[in-house]
Amino acid sequence: MSNNIKLRRGLDLPIAGAAAQKVGKVVAADIIALKPTDFKGFAPRLLVREGDKVLAGSPVMADKQSAEILLTAPVSGTVAEIVRGEKRKLLEVRIKADETCEYLDFGAHNAAKMSAADVRDLLCKSGLWAGLIQRPYGILANPAAEPKAIFVSAFSTAPLAADTEFTLRDELQNIQAGVDALAKLTKGGVHFSINAATSSSSPFHKVEHVIMHEVSGKHPAGNVGIQIANIDPIQKGETVWTVSLLLLAAIGRLFNTGKVDLRRKVALTGPEAKDPCYVEALPGTPMKAFAGYYDNSKGDVRFISGDVLSGTCVGEDGSLGFFDDQVTFLHEGTEREILGWAKPFRFNQFSATRTYFSWLCPGKKYNMDTNVHGGPRAFVVSDLYNKVLPIDNFFPVYLIKACLAGDIDKMEKFGIYEVLPEDLALCEFIDPSKNDIQEMIQNGIDLMIKEMA
Amino acid sequence: MEENKVQPGLFEKGGKFGFLHSTVDAFDTFLRVPGTVTRKGAHVRDSVDLKRVMILVVIALVPSALFGMWNVGYQHNLATGATTGFWGTFFYGFLKVLPLFIVSYLVGLFIEFAGAQIKGEEVNEGYLVSGFLIPLIVPVDTPLWTLAIAVAFAVLFGKEVFGGTGMNFLNPALLTRAFLFFSYPSKMSGSETWISLGKGQMIDGATGATPLSFIGDGFDALTGASVQYGTSFMDFFLGTIPGSVGETSVVAILIGAVILLWTGVASWKIMCSSVIGALLVGWIGNVCGATDIPAYYHLVLGGFAFGTVFMATDPVTSAQTECGKWIYGFLIGALCVTVRLWNPGYPEGMMLAILLMNTFAPLIDYCVTDSAIRRRAKKVKVA
Repeated sequence: MSNNIKLRRGLDLPIAGAAAQKVGKVVAADIIALKPTDFKGFAPRLLVREGDKVLAGSPVMADKQSAEILLTAPVSGTVAEIVRGEKRKLLEVRIKADETCEYLDFGAHNAAKMSAADVRDLLCKSGLWAGLIQRPYGILANPAAEPKAIFVSAFSTAPLAADTEFTLRDELQNIQAGVDALAKLTKGGVHFSINAATSSSSPFHKVEHVIMHEVSGKHPAGNVGIQIANIDPIQKGETVWTVSLLLLAAIGRLFNTGKVDLRRKVALTGPEAKDPCYVEALPGTPMKAFAGYYDNSKGDVRFISGDVLSGTCVGEDGSLGFFDDQVTFLHEGTEREILGWAKPFRFNQFSATRTYFSWLCPGKKYNMDTNVHGGPRAFVVSDLYNKVLPIDNFFPVYLIKACLAGDIDKMEKFGIYEVLPEDLALCEFIDPSKNDIQEMIQNGIDLMIKEMA
Repeated sequence: MEENKVQPGLFEKGGKFGFLHSTVDAFDTFLRVPGTVTRKGAHVRDSVDLKRVMILVVIALVPSALFGMWNVGYQHNLATGATTGFWGTFFYGFLKVLPLFIVSYLVGLFIEFAGAQIKGEEVNEGYLVSGFLIPLIVPVDTPLWTLAIAVAFAVLFGKEVFGGTGMNFLNPALLTRAFLFFSYPSKMSGSETWISLGKGQMIDGATGATPLSFIGDGFDALTGASVQYGTSFMDFFLGTIPGSVGETSVVAILIGAVILLWTGVASWKIMCSSVIGALLVGWIGNVCGATDIPAYYHLVLGGFAFGTVFMATDPVTSAQTECGKWIYGFLIGALCVTVRLWNPGYPEGMMLAILLMNTFAPLIDYCVTDSAIRRRAKKVKVA
């Protein structure tokens, strides 16, 4: 039994550089970085010093508020460097990897026979608890709380996103073990959304003990936040947890093998990617380890861990984020086009609106770059944003204005509990007024956290 | 190390002429798309920007403007008995209308630039459209000094005091016209203003009233009164009648409407519901015997078509919610025809209908969002 959810509004970005369904080499980097900044709501307390030996799964940091939440090393090796930023903010712990990775053994477990407390304990100790995200606010899940339900989106519709049906095809057992473990943590069950377009061939059809949903539609149909809003919207006072399929498989792997094994197939994508394909890598792998898949000799490539809408710009010296299984290489669009806005045709520019003629060639893929294509303005075109936001009775511009005004009551009214910045990323993309909508929403969420604490 | 110090450019902030930053930036980005790249959030952005949106509205207005210029000459010829060829007719109108454009843009853009300069912001493109609209909705013989004062008033008090384009709640172009109408009524209505006659060329019996002024007198008066200037539905539709410069030709306006709807710049919901509202009230007027003018005549008379297509659909001052747009448009159409039929003092209701609904648009939106959110909460509780 599955529920069908058809989402009609949305937009699939026609950006060039999709990863071919083949796995290139295993990228084994010398230095692996663990970044506390990947985890929203995590205040790090260091547990290691430079020179310490760690195994994959050894604790490296603990959360200052709830000490049981740990971040653990993704690889075995020696702590090489602790990188701090302004005001000594902890940015990265760099671990020099051993030649063969040794894992801390947590012992194989059968989640079905464990108590909720034991599951919680194991997840915290292994560092995989940090993969659970609480909504509202998109912060670390609180181990002391019980969520209304847990939601998993088994596919991503983000631009050029890794195809989970390809990358996690052989991980069905691990995913099942992960589901069984998480099911212990909530009475509301695990909601599992698969892509309706490929549901007949999808390997995830066989996952059991879940509330299955088949979701169809363009991006952001694959965003778990959009799915929640269409399945069971979050009300004031409720919390739900979400976990990506990638980390759900890692959780299952922990229960099946007793190891924290975060290796993943990473999609190397984007218009600047050479031979875009999948490689196997760990989170924290530096971008330079992907050399050969990009050409930054002119210094005009932007390195994004994640997708072009919500990913993080990490720079060539940065590394792959904990939650990401995609790297996008983009061209920095600093070129200035003469009278660009007035040209009747701009064949190499995409617009979701009909103000240009790109809608005449629907199959075309564009080499998009990072140019803003305009200057910041006040909100003018009012009926555009809803076209890419498939939540009914939702008013994005009103929510954004409430966030700008810092008006808690209005933010509640217009649904701040239901969305994260990533859900409004497309609104930001199509905005002719070029507002940084995701940042505005994030500021609103930060204010809510501060005021509601 | 002195030579390594980067000097700010002549017009950049901190440079010698840094105070002109906004102005220079406006011309610079007008000529070349800015080279700025995304700092945060989505790394790629749609190629559409406000300049593109605004230029499309201006393009949609061009047919009305061109026809308006020709019609000014044509009406002049009818009134004075002069005969000129097509180009002569057009050229006469062109010379008459051009000063309106120049005054509108000079005054409006000056205030916009000055405002942006003072606030240190980029110049907003909104006035590109407003400045083009204003000459099209005033009578051709509007004295230029009154136009200048009206434009200054509308841009300053209708827009800049609220924070510029996007923050205003009244349509600045309509505010200009309303200001002219209430401050200089003798120059804005009656039978002398609608046709450009030129000096000393008045001919006996020539009346410059628009057909709309006869709307209170019934169908026969409407179709019989200004025999000289066009009497049939077709005349009204083609626009060979006296009136404000750009509002007379429904054909030209429809071309603009197609451009706006095709590119998705204007809301079809507002246009559609406005027409429905006008037809409904026109029909009620027929049924209850208030008038014998068929309802569809209202669509081609006066400023209805122009207002519906170019004014009511202004995304800033119209209702912002989808459901609100239906209500907003419907009330504009309905109010406009109501004023035409039941108000003995003033034959045209479009300007005031739109301005009135501009002020009510936030209230409509409030009701729509409020009820939608309440419905949503109820649905969640049931489920």
